[in-house]
Amino acid sequence: MIQKTNRLLWWVLSIALLISLIPVTGYAQGSDPTDDDVNAVAKQLYCPVCENIPLDACGTTACEQWRGIIRDKLAEGWTDDEIKTYFVNQYGDRVLAEPPRRGFNWIVYLVPVVIFAGGGYLFYRGFQQWRSPEPDRNLRNKDKTTPKPVKLSEDDINRVEEELRKRSQG
Amino acid sequence: MVAEIGFGSLFVSLIVSIYGVIAALYGTSNHQKKWILSAQQAMRLVFPLLTITVGSLIYLLINNNFEVVYVSKVSSLSMPLYLKITALWGGQSGSLLFWSWLLAGFTSAVTIKKWDRDQDLLPWVIVVGLGTLTFFLVLNTFFENPFVRYWQVNQDIVQSFSQPAGGFIIGPRNGSGLNPLLRHPGMVIHPPMQYLGFVAFIVPYAYAMASLIIGRSDDRWIQLSRRWTLWAWLFLSLGLILGARWAYDVLGWGGYWGWDPVEISALMPWLSGTAFLHAVLIQEKRGMFKQWPIVLIILTYNLVIFGTFLTRSGLLSSVHSFARSTIGPIFLVFIALTFIASFWLLSSRWDKFKSRQELTSFFSKEALILISIVLLMGMLATTFWGVIFPNISELITGAKVTVGPPFYERVAAPILGGILTIMVICPLAIWSYVSFKHLGKLLWKPFIVSLLGIVLPILGGLTKVPAVIAFWLVAFVLAVNGFEFVRRTRLRRKTESESFLEAVFRVFQRNKRSYAAMIIHVGIVFMALGIIGIEFFQTETQGTLAEGQELQLASYTMEYEELQIFDTPDARNVARAVVLVKKDGEVLDEIYPRRDFYYDSNQPVTIPGVRSTLVDDFYVILVDWKAVTSEGATFKVYHNPLVKWLWIGAWVIIFGVVVATWPEKKSSMAVSKNARPK
Repeated sequence: MIQKTNRLLWWVLSIALLISLIPVTGYAQGSDPTDDDVNAVAKQLYCPVCENIPLDACGTTACEQWRGIIRDKLAEGWTDDEIKTYFVNQYGDRVLAEPPRRGFNWIVYLVPVVIFAGGGYLFYRGFQQWRSPEPDRNLRNKDKTTPKPVKLSEDDINRVEEELRKRSQG
Repeated sequence: MVAEIGFGSLFVSLIVSIYGVIAALYGTSNHQKKWILSAQQAMRLVFPLLTITVGSLIYLLINNNFEVVYVSKVSSLSMPLYLKITALWGGQSGSLLFWSWLLAGFTSAVTIKKWDRDQDLLPWVIVVGLGTLTFFLVLNTFFENPFVRYWQVNQDIVQSFSQPAGGFIIGPRNGSGLNPLLRHPGMVIHPPMQYLGFVAFIVPYAYAMASLIIGRSDDRWIQLSRRWTLWAWLFLSLGLILGARWAYDVLGWGGYWGWDPVEISALMPWLSGTAFLHAVLIQEKRGMFKQWPIVLIILTYNLVIFGTFLTRSGLLSSVHSFARSTIGPIFLVFIALTFIASFWLLSSRWDKFKSRQELTSFFSKEALILISIVLLMGMLATTFWGVIFPNISELITGAKVTVGPPFYERVAAPILGGILTIMVICPLAIWSYVSFKHLGKLLWKPFIVSLLGIVLPILGGLTKVPAVIAFWLVAFVLAVNGFEFVRRTRLRRKTESESFLEAVFRVFQRNKRSYAAMIIHVGIVFMALGIIGIEFFQTETQGTLAEGQELQLASYTMEYEELQIFDTPDARNVARAVVLVKKDGEVLDEIYPRRDFYYDSNQPVTIPGVRSTLVDDFYVILVDWKAVTSEGATFKVYHNPLVKWLWIGAWVIIFGVVVATWPEKKSSMAVSKNARPK
């Protein structure tokens, strides 16, 4: 029993140690984030005023202030996700590089899948329809010999002539 | 007076354009050739008329006539002459006029050819060409008139072209100047190229519509529009490349493509135009899938108009600013009408344009081209969806969202991979039928060479699997094209006993189109190399340095020497850093990242300092600087591997298109040397 408990304790401690080793993108309070730390978060955000320019590349005063806020939050120990959530709460979902995966926004991600799956399927169906038999391989033989004519029976010849007569009358 | 001349000529152009459409319709419905010829003359006349309009606006820009609203908004006293001229397309009304002028040039050029064989197509080409031009001239005449002036009426200042009662002309002493971001050589050439590409695609569309209307289902419309299509595609490609170069040089974010909706609006017609170019090949070579090129050119035409609409209507800002825009709704109506009319016409002629649709193997050239068209269309549909989704979201939920680079990159990467894979097989595939065994025989040698594309990067320390696959595909395409060219040359030498150089020349001459395609595809692969470099391996850092301090990135070190601040005669305040680029302690280069502040428009522009080689670019931006230089300056530094291949690829593509469109020599019966009597 004691052995079992020890083993359990050993597992719990090992898992706890492993979890503690998982890097968390947050900063200890009081540490000074570098410009690169700030840009890493800013890259994932878009200012609502300067359309389509990521925050790390935008030179306006407003964006400079935003980067200042990111620096302060990082210094306070906030994680990347917490900072992004802060900006979303302040300015809405449009500050994110992509719509968050929830509710109506799912459509934006599903439509390309439908386009490709549907397009692929339609093309495959089309290909099956358009597919014609392979050309006679005899024509591709290197010796290029003319195939010998098949001898037709009297019966076959009569049938062909009958068909031709019908066609010429019709 | 000049403004009156300009507007008068614009108005007459509109009347002539409308007349041309009516005369062509009347002539063709009553079988009266003289009316059709008259419409043809009208189409020729519009270009010189609009040249007078454009010339008038340029005159007003050069002479600082700031009483003209457009001039006061896009020009200033300090701007050099070349920028005053390019300010013609620096604002909304001027760029629309420029668009119309180029379109008039193209439609006039279409009339120059001999129409003896194609009298039945002519009236409808005129109707479509002049019809489109009429739409743009209506916009310029009634909604976006570039000749509107400032008038003082009592205490108020009003904007009007004609003189209001009791009003007199006034104007500011100086204009606001062109947006500083547009004062770059890339921006000087980029819009004309883009517009040339846009308007040139209207010509094949006009031919296609003419064929549909008269129900002529042969290949004639394709033959007539082939050169136009190639030039249109080249101009559109150049427009995209120059736009990318401009972004790289001016926007200061270390990249060339940001999946911005404006960029995408130019990419979409390029995607459908590229698909159209390839669909045309299948029709020409195999007489199959005749409806495909028509569908694709209709899409291209509508995407050209849609792209212009997207950037002009305010829709990109929000649906609300779209609703306030004067020309947005008109554009939308025009696009809807042309789209519905085109597809209605196609559906009514669907059976007439039905053709043999036979595929014998997945590896035949036509099957591979069809797959690449499907991939391009998938990319088009996805980008279209990404661009319009923020507006749909705003309409339905009231919340606006951003659809940014991660969304598009997830789609673009596999499609580029797919297209590269097809480009591996396609040069070796033949029309109609090819067996896997036959392909295998031709592929194994290039395949072995292409393995270098895996081995070398891995030896260089590369561990990213997608990047290794991408390099391998690039190496494979290059190897296949190289082997195929050598194989054909050797075959020629064997049969014709020619010298190597003569054989190369003759092989090229005999199958110009095929080799032009090969060159263009090699150009695309070079560009892919640049894209792979920057997408997979770009690194960046930022730091504040005092003079003499260093910053390291990749294998490079930059040393900040000094900051120079000075004014220039064209009213800029320049803050220029002197930076040394070093590797292993050795100074390789001196670069000058700077920030220009434009006094007239009160706007700064960041110009990076770049050391560019075939291997990589070391790209430095002056982010900020302190007035007290001891505190130093802040730099953002990017290491962009292989990006130069993007620009090299563009040059290769230009060369390929020039080869493809080079006039054919009159054919004569060629006699093999070996067949000649000795």
